[in-house]
Amino acid sequence: MTTTPDRARGGARNNPTERAVTRESAPPDAPARETVLTVEGLDVHAGSTRLLHDVTFSIQRGERVGLIGESGSGKSLTALAVMGLLAEGVTATGQVRLAGHDTELLGASERRMSQLRGDRMAMIFQEPMTALNPTMKVGRQVAEVLTQHRTADRRAAARRAVELLGQVGLPDPRAVARSYPHQLSGGQRQRVVAAIALANDPLLLVCDEPTTALDVTVQALVLDLIVRGVEDRDAAMLFITHDLAVVATVCERVLVMYGGRIVEAGPVTEVLGDPQHRYTQGLVAASDLERARTGPGRQPLDTIAGNVPPAGRFPDGCVFRNRCAFATEVCEQVPPWTPRGRHEAGEHASGYACFHPVGSETGE
Amino acid sequence: MSGRRLNAPLLIGGALVLLVVAMALVSYVWTPYEFKFLPVPKEQTPNAEHWLGTDRSARDVLTQILLGARTTLFVGVVAVGVAAVIGVPIGILAAMSPGGFGQFIMRGNDILLAFPALLLAIMFSALYGGGTLIAMIAIGIATIPAFARIVRSGALQVINTEYVAASRVAGHGPLAIARKHVLPNVIGLVIVQASVSFAIAILAEAALSYLGLGTPTGQPSWGRMLLESQNVLHRSPHLAIIPGAAIALAVLGFNLFGDGLRDYLDPKLEGR
Amino acid sequence: MLLRLARRFLVLLVSLAVASVLVFAFMQVLPGDPARVALGMNSSDEAVAQLREQFGLDRPLLVQYADWLGGVVTLDLGVEWVSKAPIAPQLVDRLAVTGWLVITAMVLALVIALPVGTWMAVRHRHADGVLLSAISQVGVAVPAFLAGIILITYFAKRWQWFPSGGWVPPAEDPVQFLLRLALPAISLALVQASMLARYVRSAVLEVLREDYLRTARAKGLRPMQALTRHGLRNAAVPIVTVLGLQLATLLIGAVVVERVFVIPGLGSFLLDSVAARELITVQTIVMVLVAAVLIINFLVDTVYLLIDPRLRVGHR
Repeated sequence: MTTTPDRARGGARNNPTERAVTRESAPPDAPARETVLTVEGLDVHAGSTRLLHDVTFSIQRGERVGLIGESGSGKSLTALAVMGLLAEGVTATGQVRLAGHDTELLGASERRMSQLRGDRMAMIFQEPMTALNPTMKVGRQVAEVLTQHRTADRRAAARRAVELLGQVGLPDPRAVARSYPHQLSGGQRQRVVAAIALANDPLLLVCDEPTTALDVTVQALVLDLIVRGVEDRDAAMLFITHDLAVVATVCERVLVMYGGRIVEAGPVTEVLGDPQHRYTQGLVAASDLERARTGPGRQPLDTIAGNVPPAGRFPDGCVFRNRCAFATEVCEQVPPWTPRGRHEAGEHASGYACFHPVGSETGE
Repeated sequence: MSGRRLNAPLLIGGALVLLVVAMALVSYVWTPYEFKFLPVPKEQTPNAEHWLGTDRSARDVLTQILLGARTTLFVGVVAVGVAAVIGVPIGILAAMSPGGFGQFIMRGNDILLAFPALLLAIMFSALYGGGTLIAMIAIGIATIPAFARIVRSGALQVINTEYVAASRVAGHGPLAIARKHVLPNVIGLVIVQASVSFAIAILAEAALSYLGLGTPTGQPSWGRMLLESQNVLHRSPHLAIIPGAAIALAVLGFNLFGDGLRDYLDPKLEGR
Repeated sequence: MLLRLARRFLVLLVSLAVASVLVFAFMQVLPGDPARVALGMNSSDEAVAQLREQFGLDRPLLVQYADWLGGVVTLDLGVEWVSKAPIAPQLVDRLAVTGWLVITAMVLALVIALPVGTWMAVRHRHADGVLLSAISQVGVAVPAFLAGIILITYFAKRWQWFPSGGWVPPAEDPVQFLLRLALPAISLALVQASMLARYVRSAVLEVLREDYLRTARAKGLRPMQALTRHGLRNAAVPIVTVLGLQLATLLIGAVVVERVFVIPGLGSFLLDSVAARELITVQTIVMVLVAAVLIINFLVDTVYLLIDPRLRVGHR
């Protein structure tokens, strides 16, 4: 099982991830789902350098939202800001709210955040090889997240840890619980990390490139178990990746990030199939997604001209204008958000921020 | 790499090292008094005539501090020189020797590492009688392993690079490779180690002189001043505090300079 | 793991053997006749001849070496050349004194350095962390005997809170024992704590950058919880390494500090023997000290295996 785009798109109908894609196209008058995560006007600064700029989005219960963009675009920073795990010296302003907790998370005390982390919101990191403590047995590392939030009974926690390890598809979970991380493969370790993240049935699961560091052969397996874990719990998921094929497989809706801003958002099929923002257009063209399906055989891939500038060196106004072939004077202003269609999760759920969206050249 | 920038430890350490060097140099052209028993009251506290006071034999303290800087530098230079001249080739040899032999050298090195500088110096002075030169050589020998070890690890990194492999393919012999590629690349490590070892040598000499095994009577040395202050501490603590401060500042200077230099040469390691 | 330990132990034995050869050889390169050196240049030829006779100094070096090493291994150390006092009982008594001093100092140093070093790492971007770091850098530059001299000056001579030196065994009078142990142990510990705190700082800084610490935070552990539960054991690996080296420097520092406080430990024994030209005694004490350093290093290696599961059998 691989995650090539063809497979992902044309895979069997009973594939659980495929179900998700069909659900997204449900009629707009379906009952609105509860909003689990709301992020509004999130700014992140490191010293005087502005790293994230007015990031606004929300995720509903059971919804799986992708966050894509090149490295350096601010994806991981967004995730860490939501989790309250920004490095020392990096500050966030704006609003982050979690369903059932009316308090503002950005200003919340460390104590309050610690109560939510690992319980109501959990995270899976990119590097499974280093994400686990090398000197602690795996079973204890899973049990710890249970004893931290739910039970004081160490034995019950240990038993539950073995169950969880079984649920993430690890063969002989008892033996795994007794082993140290270095005795497991990368894929196995990522399953352990997933077991930790899902242990307390979180409302929100944040995944930061969870399969990027894995072998292609195990990527799909791990993706599948994460998606199943989220579906079973009807949790919301924020899924960060730079791999458009993975987004297409896993997510219903996608946010495109560049230069610390969200430049486009919407249902996966719309954004990837019919991008509006010039950056998204470049991104889609640069991946083999479109070309592989529609192009006549082997064509060289388009690339986006120029490089991602270092943090703080993005231009004013539209952050993409120094790499954009369509940029004009008006792009020195910050482009307003243009909603696209009507989405149950509000106007920021679908739309783009571009003065010269795709297709506009014919209209001018 | 353009990441190099001056850092506070390098500047402060450099200033302190320069201060010690300056004191030693000044002592060649000027000292407030001669280094001898003066016809003045003993154990004076710092005053206008004797800026740092006089000791229990009525010798001027500032004079001794200035002259002591010479001894301190002399000890450090000889000890570090001995250690570097022997230790650097050993380290390069260990790195460039195939398998077993290099391992063998390093094992021997580890055993020598179990002989602390001061212990070796005490043993040597038991054998040959005390004296500055004996002390310096003993300290130097005990410091060889530190150089050999750091040079070997530095050299191993260079040897495993592609340009050395290319040079080898081009027919350059081991000596040419050692001279052209290895040595220039470990020189920074050697200087950093020299600075740190210098501090250790100063400490060892001070301790030895304090024990009466290092610099002999009649020669100015900071450690010796501490020894001579021993019996008058209760009424003249400044006689211990002044040379003590001189030792601490010199050691601090070389330590900081070494640390700062390491960060300067390898910005990646900064803050560790 | 056992295999690894056995191999380490073998290395220890070989190292001890080589070190003993070195110590013996250092004593033999002495120019002139060791017997005459021991007795002094003005000694009579008869006395020298008698000493050579009594201690078999005319035998081949290899025999002398074997004889001495055999004595060290079986703890049958014979008597001193000049004073004819038996060596072994003195060595045991003085080792006990130095042991108290060094172990007390090490424990004190650890008690100070672990929290302070951790604090320095956690607050390394803040003024208090930087200040502590600077203080520790100064502390490293102050030799233990200098700290001892200053402590004596004020705490013993000026204010007379403590006796200025000497030794009382703990069994004889525990209060006097502690009073006499306090100042020398503190002078050794202050310097040691400064060095150790710097190592703790860099080890903790290293660990703070680790992904698993972030994982621990993501699990809902508060920063200090994450550090203590997940960080410290991992930071312990590099710290234990320097602990071995630290014990060695402490042992040598004790030699000088014992002289400052007039404590009848191994260091005083060594220095007295040097002064009295008791060469065989010097040789034996040096061997004991070097052996102590080598054995400490071996123990450190053993402790590694217990801390870091990656080093145990079957894995790289």
